[in-house]
Amino acid sequence: MSTADRVLEALGEVYDPELDEPITDLRFVTSCDVSPDGDVEVRLRLPTPQCAPNFAFLMVADARAAIVGVPGVRRVHVVLEDHYTGREINDAVDAEGGYEAAFPGEGTERVDALRSLFHRKALVARQWRVYERLIAAGERPGEVSSWVLAELPDGDADVRRCDELRRALGLDVRPEAPAFVRPDGSPIAAQDLDRWRRSGRLINTSLELNGGMCRQLLQNRHGLAPEEVHA
Amino acid sequence: MYEKDGEQYFIVDSHLHFWDASPENWVPGQEEYAKGFISCFHDYQSLGPPETHDTIEKFRKQTVEEFRRHVFDEGKVDFGILESTALKDWYAKGFNAVEQNAVLLDQFPGKLRVNGSFDPRNGEAGLQRLEQDAETYDLKGVKLYTAEWKGASRGWRLDDPAAIPYFEKCLELGITNIHVHKGPTIWPMDKDAFDVSDVDHVATDFQGLNFIIEHVGLPRIEDFCFMATQEPNVYAGLSVVTGGLMHARPRFFAKVMGELLFWVGEDKMLFGSDYGIWTPKWQIEGLLDWDYPDDTYSDFPRWTDASKRKVLGLNAAKLYGLDVPEHLRLAPDQGTPAAKDDAKLVSGGVL
Repeated sequence: MSTADRVLEALGEVYDPELDEPITDLRFVTSCDVSPDGDVEVRLRLPTPQCAPNFAFLMVADARAAIVGVPGVRRVHVVLEDHYTGREINDAVDAEGGYEAAFPGEGTERVDALRSLFHRKALVARQWRVYERLIAAGERPGEVSSWVLAELPDGDADVRRCDELRRALGLDVRPEAPAFVRPDGSPIAAQDLDRWRRSGRLINTSLELNGGMCRQLLQNRHGLAPEEVHA
Repeated sequence: MYEKDGEQYFIVDSHLHFWDASPENWVPGQEEYAKGFISCFHDYQSLGPPETHDTIEKFRKQTVEEFRRHVFDEGKVDFGILESTALKDWYAKGFNAVEQNAVLLDQFPGKLRVNGSFDPRNGEAGLQRLEQDAETYDLKGVKLYTAEWKGASRGWRLDDPAAIPYFEKCLELGITNIHVHKGPTIWPMDKDAFDVSDVDHVATDFQGLNFIIEHVGLPRIEDFCFMATQEPNVYAGLSVVTGGLMHARPRFFAKVMGELLFWVGEDKMLFGSDYGIWTPKWQIEGLLDWDYPDDTYSDFPRWTDASKRKVLGLNAAKLYGLDVPEHLRLAPDQGTPAAKDDAKLVSGGVL
């Protein structure tokens, strides 16, 4: 595998913080160039020049962090294209400064709180997908809700992402931990099951809608060919 | 009055505009924004049925004749609420400021009401203006655009301290219907236009006011639903929900309607066409004909005849004190309220 391929693979682990989808799937990566010496330049684009600056910052900073660890990479330059706060973000990330460096006085705590909220939403939505697939496959609702992590199907992308989200939220990921939990790690009580499912479905619909809008806007803005619709 | 299969319905369109975004009205130096804003609306129009699309030139400026045809002759709307949006940074006379909308009141007596607007960044002068407007136009409502730019400011929040005197003034003046734009990005406004967390605070503090959240915070409907289910005075304004999704994304439309009927309930949903973006006729007919596409939606509340009557007219008639002919009313116990049980689990537990 070439260094460029490894860089792209690493970018596949960088997520849009709200949509909880890889920036590569969302077609946010415009280009990825690697010089013979291992200097990397990655260009990113977003659906509109006004996409929230805090989300934009997180993606650029996460992209840089992901690439730095790739073997064979020397210097890393990530450029956010055509965004109304692009210069502030690019300069701050180049200087390895945090959010405060890009937007002084805006407060890192709010960005961290936002990221955590999105992680919690994503966990509820993805667990709901896993749960509903199991029910559709014939498992019984009352029993599935008391499963432990070790009982979940291997190789399921949502299961894998749930594991990452649980780690990010500091939740139990041992095989004997409950498979379906609230974002605070507590299991779903039987009497809360219906409301938990409804909440999961609602958040999932919201993510689909949001993702659909972002894809449509990006496609229109850059004249891209339509991609296959996931949902 | 709309008639379908021998049934008659009282229709209130709670979200109408009468705008002028023609180049003659663009503020010199701000042409890019003035042009961009209306172009963005025009792009949204493409989500409706093709036969309803206009050229951008025609779309930029509405006329009285077209308004009559689309809203009353073809749309069969019994009563309409005009929502006002100043945007005077970009449009010299305003986009559809209250005085621009009010031109229609004399044309269609007894058929329209105009809502005002305010911006807390105008301070004391803004309060006085609100008082004057309330007297001039007999205001019962306002439309607020928290994402509106003003000088260096890129927007404001409903729970800003500066906004509180305005809500107190609304209570005092009997302006009880607060429509708030919380929806998709409109270029060049900022994306956070759909954050609804500020509604939560003011709805709790001002129980005497009704907060109609236009576009239900799309696309983040879960934030809106979790909030609305706990606030008895928060309503869902269906503008953009029907116009933007019913034709273009029917399966999403079904999901969103199902979620709104469950979390918010048919007693707190208001039809609004958002005309001049989308004409009312196809939306009203679509809502009367609509049902869930298949049985994967079986555990959402049903869309019944009572639901249609409430959402398409009776709910708004109640908020605006409209006189509904006897035979078009519903008995008090008809319909299905939203599921209110366990709202605590949602706020305290799910997220």
